[in-house]
Amino acid sequence: MQQQGNRFFFNVDWIAVLIYIALCVIGFTNIYASIPHPDTATAFDFSSSYGKQLIYVISGLVLGLSILLFDGRLFNVFAPFIYGITLILLLAVLFVGRNVGGNQAWIPIGSFRLQPSEFAKFGTALVLARYVSTFNPKFRDFKSIFIAGIIVAVPLLLIMMQPDTGSALVFLAFMFPLYREGLSGYFLLIFLGMIVLFVADFLVPVSILIIILLTISGLFIYANKRKQKLIITTVFVTLIAIGYLFLVKIAYDKILQPHQRNRIELMLGLKTDNKGAGYNVIQSQIAIGSGQATGRGFLQGTQTKYGYVPAQSTDFIFSTIGEEWGFIGCAVVIGLYVFLLLRLVNLAERQRSTFSRVYGYSVACILFFHVFINIGMTIGIIPVIGIPLPFISYGGSSLWSFTILLFIFLKLDSNRMGFI
Amino acid sequence: MEQLFNRKYIIQGLFIIIAIILLSKLFYIQIISDKAFVAAESNVLKKKFKYPARGAILDRKMRVIVQNEPVYDLMVIPNEVKPFDTLALANALEISIEDVRKNLRKARLKSNYQATPFSKQISVQSYARLQEIMYRFPGFSTQDRTIRHYPDSVGGQLFGYVKEVDSADIARSEGFYKPGDYKGKSGLEFSYEEILRGEKGVINTVYDAKNIPQGSYADGKYDVNAVSGERLISGIDIQVQKLGEELMKNKVGAIVAIEPSSGEILAFVSSPGYDPNLLVGKRQGNNYMDLIGNPYKPSLVRPIQGKYPPGSSFKPIDALLGLQEGVIDVNMTFNCPGYYMAGNHKVKCEHVDGNISMRRGIARSCNTYFCHVFQKLITKNGMKNQRQTYQDWRDKIAKFGFGQKLDIDLPFEKQGYFYNADHYDKIYGKRWGYTTVISQAIGQGEITATPLQIANAMAIIANRGYYIRPHLIRAMGDKIKKEYVEKNYVGVDAKYFEPVIDGMQDCVNTPWGTAVLSRIPNILMCGKTGTVQNPHGKNHSVFIGFAPRDNPKIAIAVIVENAGYGSTYAAPIASYMVEKYLTGQVSGARASQVEWMKNQNLLPLLIDKSKKLKLTKADSLIIRKTDSLKRLNDSLKLKTATAKRAFSAKLAKKNNVIIKPDENKK
Repeated sequence: MQQQGNRFFFNVDWIAVLIYIALCVIGFTNIYASIPHPDTATAFDFSSSYGKQLIYVISGLVLGLSILLFDGRLFNVFAPFIYGITLILLLAVLFVGRNVGGNQAWIPIGSFRLQPSEFAKFGTALVLARYVSTFNPKFRDFKSIFIAGIIVAVPLLLIMMQPDTGSALVFLAFMFPLYREGLSGYFLLIFLGMIVLFVADFLVPVSILIIILLTISGLFIYANKRKQKLIITTVFVTLIAIGYLFLVKIAYDKILQPHQRNRIELMLGLKTDNKGAGYNVIQSQIAIGSGQATGRGFLQGTQTKYGYVPAQSTDFIFSTIGEEWGFIGCAVVIGLYVFLLLRLVNLAERQRSTFSRVYGYSVACILFFHVFINIGMTIGIIPVIGIPLPFISYGGSSLWSFTILLFIFLKLDSNRMGFI
Repeated sequence: MEQLFNRKYIIQGLFIIIAIILLSKLFYIQIISDKAFVAAESNVLKKKFKYPARGAILDRKMRVIVQNEPVYDLMVIPNEVKPFDTLALANALEISIEDVRKNLRKARLKSNYQATPFSKQISVQSYARLQEIMYRFPGFSTQDRTIRHYPDSVGGQLFGYVKEVDSADIARSEGFYKPGDYKGKSGLEFSYEEILRGEKGVINTVYDAKNIPQGSYADGKYDVNAVSGERLISGIDIQVQKLGEELMKNKVGAIVAIEPSSGEILAFVSSPGYDPNLLVGKRQGNNYMDLIGNPYKPSLVRPIQGKYPPGSSFKPIDALLGLQEGVIDVNMTFNCPGYYMAGNHKVKCEHVDGNISMRRGIARSCNTYFCHVFQKLITKNGMKNQRQTYQDWRDKIAKFGFGQKLDIDLPFEKQGYFYNADHYDKIYGKRWGYTTVISQAIGQGEITATPLQIANAMAIIANRGYYIRPHLIRAMGDKIKKEYVEKNYVGVDAKYFEPVIDGMQDCVNTPWGTAVLSRIPNILMCGKTGTVQNPHGKNHSVFIGFAPRDNPKIAIAVIVENAGYGSTYAAPIASYMVEKYLTGQVSGARASQVEWMKNQNLLPLLIDKSKKLKLTKADSLIIRKTDSLKRLNDSLKLKTATAKRAFSAKLAKKNNVIIKPDENKK
């Protein structure tokens, strides 16, 4: 042990903290650039969005550092409690929440609005880690998969009811920590297969898809005609896949709302729409594309400055980066994220405690989902799903929840020598 | 556990693969494709055009004859419009409330965010009214531009008109014209479009997503100021032009007056004419359709598109050629018994003069004399070489400008017919001679010419042997045009002109001249009347002339369709024009004659086509039969005897075929 004064910050991974600060600064800079008339304002105009973001960044940093002051064991102990509170908040938001943009996702507290779905992420991550570390399941049996599934599904469904599909989708990220803890890789393959079949369902007629599926399974059965068990499984999987195709069609028409159908069709290129729902994506791509290699320069982005991209400081903040900093800027930001994610996974692997490891994987994968979906959306390879870009998008709730998410893990990591 | 530890690499690999996917797409839209960059520019940059004023046109005395008038377009940006007092706007614009709603709907269809025309070319009064209450109509704005104004309300076909470009114009101009631009479509506005139009100015303005202007682009580095079109100075004397149009009121025909020494056109009258101001402004489309639908075809530019047999006005040229070729001399006489026998065919003369010489022949417009001259011209190399001699003659006459375009600075000029020998070979084989084409001696038959060509021929005689290409515009801006100075010699020596001019002088100034009633006091006008046989109706009245005899200032051709003798209408009209041009007014008793002439209505009767439809089939068969018989008979009059026999045989056959079923029916 070193000096007494350094006790709280001992062993903290400062590289991750530095990347965190860098991303926050990038976020503030680009939010500053995104507002219409920056020339008349100062950086300390706290009524403006960038002024508020400055407060969020500073308070977020204070929050993160103060998390480092806690005893890491507390998070393990209080995990079920925190999870319970987030579930209550998620329930509460359905009744007392304020409707913003079609989603009942916000609880107003004075002038400040709380978004419980943001906090549900680390609540769920903590309780999942607690479950895995306590019972040490290997996810070979139905029961452990079921329990883990319930832990993730309850907040997911509550968020779906708001309805905030984007935030709910992020909970699928918990598949990866479970996979790391022993969940069969088939689950990931099935998940991948579901996505592939879902997309194919829109691009290719169902009859042709069924023929393709039957041909593949037929060939597979022929190749493995001695293995009876495998043949039964194949037949079973094929039947489910065909059922799934029809289910997707029905679900698509009955369950998804028109604007969601619209976004999916736009993304798949089934229709074009320059004015309506497609406007965001087109304008965002125009802004990013017009940045070219080196960008137009800070405060020089015309699309940014003149408000061509809706929701630019929040979900579409990446378009500002793309326009003003160009491909180089985009590569730097993506590089920082990838570096942070790889680092988090490496940190998670060096944990002695299962709790810290599961939690670390959860953090990395939640961040990964956010980054992938958000950036993918702004450049048109993923349908428009309104979730923020971690540490960069404008907004107190999201910045603080990501900060808490990250710094709890950094605290756990700094305690890796001890036992929890 | 060892295996599970390896799963780290799968998850990390996934992170990297996804990052690469994102970066590749970014690489594509940012570096490979420049589509986004172009789209971004068009997002924020909007060009606003400043329309230049078209160049003015002045007449030869520097009076403005074409100018510009400010007009205002009321523009609207539909998504900025708030509920407004529809009635007040309708009243200010003098349109109905329904129109207000309709226009707004139309504008919405075009664009919700861009300024679109709501009401084009609103009057100055409407504009003034609107200015006071404009604040009540957010989203509306006015844009000023200029339209043409023709202060004298004459010269419709001469000046042409200016119209908004259509998609074909835009395609042809390869991007020069943009929708909303205006362009000269006919007349001088068309010919001198590139000089008159000036250069459009551009203001580049940056707009935000709500279409609110955010200032100029790059500090106006790429902005261009509008440059007004250059002014043109024409050779027209607007007072003479105006008199000409008034004289030709309710008559069909044309007047062309040329200053012989320069080739400048002094007057260019096409009748029926129209006020060029009709084709300006809001009612342009309707008025244009009215003009197109008018049975007297005011849209036809008769001075360059009307094709008339030159008639007797062709005779002086025959005489000149006869003298030049040496087949006649000034004192040679021919006997006129009142007709000329071309083979078996009789060419009638209006009078019996006995032995007649050139001077009197021209003055009296003697057909017999000129048929003899023509005979001598075509047979001078012997009867066997008539074909070649005809071709030589034709080429020499062509030098006077017949059978070819004179390339006046107006569009759509016609050249008239003046056939080569080949043409007659095709019709008659090898067996044709001067008797076949004798009608050309007196400017009839197959030859046709535009009034411009006829006036130009007169300018040649006035110049004693050359012409300068006739043109309407003499200077662009301050530059005198250089292409109109070359003298085109016609190959007749100057000395041969005087005797011919003597005859033309007598025509107007001696008691036996055909145009003696049109003598102008104190001005020695030389001229020649023509009475052009018209197969479709009453003869055309033609006069050509120039004045004064020495150092001529004006050469003129007047054609009044279906007006009978040249001396009754065309000659007096020409004399008034000449007097007006040379002295500034028509004086004395002749002033009242001018008024009389203006009031003469010589419009040919129109056949009501709607009545024709009511005919039964039998009726129409009879009409067709008699018509064809008449047409064949008419054409036979001009043909040789052999041809006549052949045709009679054919006719007999034809009649049998046509008449038989008709009779059976009855």
